[in-house]
Amino acid sequence: MGIKLEVNGRAIEAVKGETILTALNRNGMHVPTICSMKDFSPSGACRMCVVEVEGRENLVPACSFPIEKPLKLKTHSPRVLRARKTNVELLLSNHPDDCLYCERNGSCELQSLSEDLNIRERRIPGKKSPHKIDKSSPAIVMDLTKCILCGRCVRVCEELMSTSCLDFAHRGNELQISTTLAKPLNFSNCTACGQCLIACPTGALTEHVQFPELETYIHDPGKTVVGQYSPAVAVSVAEQLGYRPGTDLSGIINAVLRRYGFDYVFETAFGAEVMIMEQARIYDERDQESQDYPLITSSCPAWVQFVEQFYPELIPHLSPLKSPQQLTGILVRNWFTRLKELEGKDIVSVVISSCTAAKSEARRMEMTHSGIPVIDLVITTRELARLIRFNGLDLEQLEPEAPDSPFHSAGTAGQLTGVAGGEAEATVRTIYRQMTGKDLAPAKLHRFRIHRSYREMTVKAGNNEIRMGTVSGLSNAVALLEEIRSGKKKLDLLEVMACPDGCTNGGGQPLPVDERIIRTRSKAVYDIDNGGSIHTAHQNPAIRRLYEEFLGEPGGEVPRDLLYTTFTKREVLL
Amino acid sequence: MLPDKSFLLKLAQSDPSELSALEREKVAFLNRERLTRPLVMVNSSTSGTVAGAKETWEAIEQYVADRSIEIDLRESGSIGLSSEEPVISVQLPERTRVFFSRVTADKVSSVLDDLFHQVIPDQMLIGQLRREGQVPWNDVSYLDEIPFFALQQRIVMEECGIIDPFSFGEYVARSGYEAFLKIIRSYTFSEVCDLVTRSGLRGRSGGGFPAGKKWKVAFDTPSDQKYLICNAEESDPGAFMDRTLMEGNPFQLLEGISIAAYAIGSNRAYIYIRSEYKDAIRRIDNAIWQLREMGLLGDNILDSGYNLQISLRKGPGAFVCGEETALIASLEGRRGMPCSKPPYPSTAGYLGRPTVVNNVETLSNLPGIIRNGPEWFRGIGLEDCTGTKIFSISGRVRISGLVEVPMGTTFDTIVNDIIGGVNKGRELKALHVGGPLGCMVPVEMMNIPVSFENMKSRDLVLGSGGILVMDDRTCVVNTVRYFMDYVDKQSCGKCIPCREGTRRMAEILGSITRKPADEEQYSTLERFKGVMQLENMAEVMKDTSLCGLGQNAPNPVLSTLKYFRQEYEEHIFDRKCPSNTCTELRSWFIDVDMCTGCSICAKRCPVEAIIGTARHPYFIVQEKCTGCGICYDVCKFTAVYYK
Amino acid sequence: MVTETARIDEILDRFPQIKRNALIPLLQAVQDEFGYISEEAIVRIGAHLSLPTSKVYGLATFYNQFSFSPRGVYHIALCNGSSCHLGGSGELFGELIKLLEIGDGETTRDGLFSLEVQSCIGACGQSPVMAVNGTYFSGITVKELREIIKQYREDASG
Ligand SMILES: Cc1cc2nc3c(=O)[nH]c(=O)nc-3n(C[C@H](O)[C@H](O)[C@H](O)COP(=O)(O)O)c2cc1C
Ligand code: SF4
Ligand code: SF4
Ligand code: FES
Repeated sequence: MGIKLEVNGRAIEAVKGETILTALNRNGMHVPTICSMKDFSPSGACRMCVVEVEGRENLVPACSFPIEKPLKLKTHSPRVLRARKTNVELLLSNHPDDCLYCERNGSCELQSLSEDLNIRERRIPGKKSPHKIDKSSPAIVMDLTKCILCGRCVRVCEELMSTSCLDFAHRGNELQISTTLAKPLNFSNCTACGQCLIACPTGALTEHVQFPELETYIHDPGKTVVGQYSPAVAVSVAEQLGYRPGTDLSGIINAVLRRYGFDYVFETAFGAEVMIMEQARIYDERDQESQDYPLITSSCPAWVQFVEQFYPELIPHLSPLKSPQQLTGILVRNWFTRLKELEGKDIVSVVISSCTAAKSEARRMEMTHSGIPVIDLVITTRELARLIRFNGLDLEQLEPEAPDSPFHSAGTAGQLTGVAGGEAEATVRTIYRQMTGKDLAPAKLHRFRIHRSYREMTVKAGNNEIRMGTVSGLSNAVALLEEIRSGKKKLDLLEVMACPDGCTNGGGQPLPVDERIIRTRSKAVYDIDNGGSIHTAHQNPAIRRLYEEFLGEPGGEVPRDLLYTTFTKREVLL
Repeated sequence: MLPDKSFLLKLAQSDPSELSALEREKVAFLNRERLTRPLVMVNSSTSGTVAGAKETWEAIEQYVADRSIEIDLRESGSIGLSSEEPVISVQLPERTRVFFSRVTADKVSSVLDDLFHQVIPDQMLIGQLRREGQVPWNDVSYLDEIPFFALQQRIVMEECGIIDPFSFGEYVARSGYEAFLKIIRSYTFSEVCDLVTRSGLRGRSGGGFPAGKKWKVAFDTPSDQKYLICNAEESDPGAFMDRTLMEGNPFQLLEGISIAAYAIGSNRAYIYIRSEYKDAIRRIDNAIWQLREMGLLGDNILDSGYNLQISLRKGPGAFVCGEETALIASLEGRRGMPCSKPPYPSTAGYLGRPTVVNNVETLSNLPGIIRNGPEWFRGIGLEDCTGTKIFSISGRVRISGLVEVPMGTTFDTIVNDIIGGVNKGRELKALHVGGPLGCMVPVEMMNIPVSFENMKSRDLVLGSGGILVMDDRTCVVNTVRYFMDYVDKQSCGKCIPCREGTRRMAEILGSITRKPADEEQYSTLERFKGVMQLENMAEVMKDTSLCGLGQNAPNPVLSTLKYFRQEYEEHIFDRKCPSNTCTELRSWFIDVDMCTGCSICAKRCPVEAIIGTARHPYFIVQEKCTGCGICYDVCKFTAVYYK
Repeated sequence: MVTETARIDEILDRFPQIKRNALIPLLQAVQDEFGYISEEAIVRIGAHLSLPTSKVYGLATFYNQFSFSPRGVYHIALCNGSSCHLGGSGELFGELIKLLEIGDGETTRDGLFSLEVQSCIGACGQSPVMAVNGTYFSGITVKELREIIKQYREDASG
C-alpha cells in the first residue's frame, strides 16, 4: 500500500502506518534524532527529528508520526533548522562546557549535533542543574550534569536488560535519571553490564576508567605487570584505531602490550579453556534427568549478579566456576608465579576486557583468594585503544607475536567464548569427547551460529543427547527461563550472556556500534575458529600441561580449591 | 436515608402533568418548594470552609439547640460568590429563600434572630430566590435583579448553591435524570452523538474541540472496551469552576458522564479528580453510591441492557496530568508524561482502547442539552460557539467568584458590569485569561466577544476560563514570571523545548525583575543575551513541544511582549517597575527630616548598605542596596521610602 | 503497637489485584496512613505489583502528593495559586523559609513543622491562604504569619 510523500519537493513512497522517519531513512534521507532507538517504540521526547508538514500548525516529530495519508513535508526548511538549533542550544545551556576533558570527546552525539547545526557560541545563558558525580560503582560512572534526559539508558536497562535499575525521577527542571531512592549505583541493582553507557549519547554514563592507574604500575620497576585480554577485545579494538571493523589484532596486541611495558601477556581464552574443561566435567557429573533447569553457565559476571539478585533460586543450577578472566588470573598467581619464581605481591594482574561488569567482578569478595583480589585492574577495549594512542604506539610497525608461556594457547575453543553461543559450542565439543571418546567435527555445530538472540540445537552423542541453548540479552534470558520453568522448554546446557550478542557487544566495546558492526566482530571470532587447528580445550597442549603439572584431574582437589566458587543471594532494592 | 426508589424513577420518566395531585405534592417537598420547618443551608464547599463555614455551621447548630428550634440544616455548594463567603441561605416555610454573605460564626445569632422574627436583616443580605408559589419578602431584591446574577445566564450552574448536593431526590425533582433515562430508553448510541454534534457543544477545557465529533471517532473505532474519562483535574491555579460544579451539583455531572459514556458505547467511566478536592470527592462518592442504590449505575440499568460503572480516581497532583495523554498515563499507573498525538486517545487511549476525555463543565452541559434539545442550546451564545461559559474571576477585584455567561459576552461586561470592576481608586490594567498557559488581554481589547475563534484570531487563548484581574498596582512582567516559574516546575520534563525552555525563560524573566547584586559588564551582557533570545525561544517552544503545556507555556510571554512591550523596556533599560511590585527593583531612600538616627535600619540591613552616625539622619548607599526593603519594615518613624 | 510492616500488609491486602493501575491508589493509601512513603513501603509495593522499585520511586517522585520523609507535627500548606501570588504569598513563603529554615517539601529538624507549597487551595477570593493541619488562615500578612507560627511553637512546648 504505497502512500505518496513529497519531501523537499522530491516524491517518495511510504507504507501506510509507518513513521515518517522510517520512510525517510528507507529513501536515504536523514534527519537528526536523539531519543529514538532502533527496535524500540518511539518516545518522541527530544524533538530533534521535527519536520514541517503542510497543513499542520506545529512541527511534527518524524520518529513518531504515523503516515496515514499523502503528506508534503520539508525536512530542512529554515523554520525546521531554527527549531533544531534552538533546541540543541537549550540543551547546551544546561550542559558543562568541558568537551575537551570529557570521556566521550569525539564520540558524543551532542557534540556532533551541535557541530552539524553550526552552533558556535553560547547564545542562551543560564544556571546549570547541580549534580554530584556518582563514582561509587567500580564499573560505571554517572555524571548527570552531562545527561540530556533522552531516556535511552532507562529503556535499555528495562526493555533489553530487564533490570530497571534506572528510571526517571522527579519532573520539570528537576527531572533526572535515578536509581531507587537515589541510591549510589553500587548500592543499587545495577549489574554493571554497561549497555546503558553504550546507549548514552553523551558522557553522562561512562566506564570507571582505570588506565591511568595502570600507567603508574607500568613505570614502577618493582612491579611485574601481567596482562590478559579477552577474545572480543582482539576483534574490536581495531575499530577505534581507525581500522576496518572485524580486523583481528590478536598477535599485534601481544606485541603492543609488550612494547608498552607489560612484562607478560596472556589471553583470557586460556582461562576460558580451563573453564570448559571443568564445565564439561560438571556436566558429566550432574544428574540432568532429575533437574528442572539446565546447567547454566556462569562466565558472564553481569548475568551472575543478575541471578543472585533476581533469581536466587537458580543459583544451584549455575555452574560454580569463576569467570575466564578470574581463572586466568588465579593461575597466574598460583602457577605462573611458581614457575617463574616470582613474589605474589610484586605481581600486578591486569585484565583487558570488552566487559564493564568485569570491573565490578574484580572487587567481589567471592573472587578473592585468601582475601587477596586476584585481579588488580580491569580496563576496557576502549581504554586499551586510548592507551595505545596515549603512548604513541604505531601498530603498523609491529609484527604479530605469540602470548607468553605457559598460557600460550594455540587452541580456538577459548577464543569462541567471545561470541554469544561460543561457550556452549566449545563446551559441547569437550562434553562430546567425554561421552563418546571421539571428537565432534566442528562443522557439525555450525548450524548453531545463526545470528539470533536465542538458539538451540540437539546434539547426538552416542546414546545420549545434549540439548544445548544459548541466549543473550537479559530480557531474552528472562523470557526463556520462564519457558523452562513452565516446562515448555527442556534444555541440558544453557549459555547466558547478559549483553545482546554476547561479549562482542560488551559494555566496554568501541563506539558507536550498530548491528552490522557486531556481526562483523562475531564473524571475525568465528573466522579465528574456522582457521585454527586445535578446536577443543582437551586437545590443547598448554591445557594438558597445566593439568598434568598443576591441576591434576578436572574436578579434582586443586581445581575445586582454586577454580570453583559459590554464589549467594544478594539483597538489593529490586 | 434514601427516598422512595420507584417513585423517583417514575418521576424522572414522566411529565409533571401525568402525576397525581398527591405525587405533585411530594415533589414540591422534594424540591423544597414546600417545607415543614425552616431550612438553613450553609455553603460547606472549599471556598466556604476556608472562610469559616464550619464554625458558622456549628454556631447555627448551637443556636437552634439553645432555643430548641427545629430546623433543617443542610450543606450546599457555592452560588459563585467566593469572596463573600461564608454564604448561607434561609428559607422559612411558605416564604422564598434568602441568601446572606459573610455570615461568620459571630454573625449567626443576629441573622437568625431577625429572620425567626420575620425580619430581614439588611446587613449581609444578598437577595431572595425567585420561586413560584412562595411568598416573597418585601423590599428584598430578587437574585436575578442584582447585577452579579442579572447579567449572567446560568444553565450549568443553575442549581449550584441552591440544591442539596447530597440529595438525589431533590435533583430528580428538579428534572434530573430525565435526560439519561430518555436516551437509554429511546436513542441509539450514534443518535446521541449526532444530537450533541447538532447542539454545537464544544469542549470547555480550552481547546474548544466539538464534543460530538470526538465521540463519533471513539464510537466508530472498533474495540472490546471503550472508556470515558471525566477530566476533573482542574490543574490551573486560579480556576475553580469544575470544583464548584462538582461540589454544587454532583448528580448533574454524573448524569452527563452517563450520557457521554452511552453515546460512545462505553461501560466504564472514570473521574480523574485532584486529590486536594476533598469536598468534591466526598460529594461525588456519595452521589455514585446513591446512583448505584437506585440502579442507575451498574449492570443492566433499568432493564435497558446497558451497563455502566463510574469510578473515582484521585490524581496525585501534577499540573500536566490535566493533559489528556498524561492523565491516561497516570490512570495506568505511570509517570504522568504526555505521549505524542497521533494516535489520539479517541482511537487508542486508556490501556490502548478508544477513550474520550471530557472536561467537567462540558459533561455538565449534557443533561440540559438532551432535556431541552439541541436547538435550545444553539439559541444560546454565538453561531459557531454555542452555549455558555463559566469564568472564575479572581485577583484585584471587588467580587471574586464564578460567572456563567453566554459565549459572545465581552470581557467588559464580565469584569466591569458583573463583577463590579477593580477595587475603589484603582485602575484596571489587564486581564490574565486562561491561567499559566493563558495570555494577557490589555484593557483596550476588553470588548472582544468571548469565543474560541475570536481569541485565536487575535493570538490570544481562552483557556479553561480563569480570569486574573490586574490593576495598576500589579506588574505585568512579574506576573508573567510567576506563571513561567510555575510552568517550569510543572513541566513533565520529557521534551527539550519545554523542559529547558521554561527554565531559561523563567530565569530571564527573573533577571529582568531583579537588580543584580553587582551590575558588572559580564552579567549585563548575559542578561541582554537572554532577553534577545526570549522571543526566539518562545516561538520554538510553541512549534516543537510535545504537548499543550510546552506549546502554550510561551503564551503569557508572547502576548505581553506584544501588548505590554513598554513595561518590559522600563524593566530592562531603566531598571524600574512602573507598578512598584518588583521588590528587587525598588530603590530605597531615607527621608532626612523623618529619620531620628535610631540606627535600627543600619543594624538590620543584610548587606550593610546603610551608613550614618547615631542621632543623625542615615543614608542608603544605592550601589550596595539589593532592594530587600527590610529597612522599610523596621523603621519606626516611616522615614524610609522608595522610588 | 502495630508494626509498620503489618500496617503496610493491611494496605496491600486492600488491593488484591496486581495491576499496574493500582500503583497510585496504593501509594496514596500508604501516604495517607504514614504521612510519607518509606523505603520498606516502596519495596513491598514493588514486590506486590511485580514492579521494579525504580519504577515505584520514579512514579512517586513525579507527583506532588508523595513525600519521602515524615511530615511535621504541624503540616503547613501554603497556597501559591495566581490569586494568592498577587495577594502576597511569595512574601509569606520567604518568611516561612526564614522562620522555619526549611524549603518546600521539607520538614524541620525537630519534626515540628513541614512545609508544602500548593498550586491552588481553592479559595482564591480570600488570598493569601494557608492551612495548618487543615485549619485555614486567609488574608494573612507577614506579621500575622509570625504570630501564627509562634503560637504553634508555644502549643507544642506547652
Ligand atoms: C497542560 C494542560 C493542562 C490541561 N489541564 C486540563 C484540566 O485541568 N482540566 C481539563 O478539563 N482539561 C485540561 N486540559 C485539556 C485536556 O487535555 C483535554 O483536552 C480535555 O480534558 C478535553 O476535554 P473537553 O474536550 O471537554 O474540553 C489540559 C491540557 C493541557 C495541555
Ligand atoms: S544518562 Fe545518557 S542515556 Fe541516560 S538519559 Fe541521560 S543522556 Fe540519555
Ligand atoms: S511539552 Fe512539557 S509537559 Fe508536554 S511533554 Fe514536553 S516536557 Fe512534558
Ligand atoms: S528522535 Fe524523534 S523526538 Fe527524539
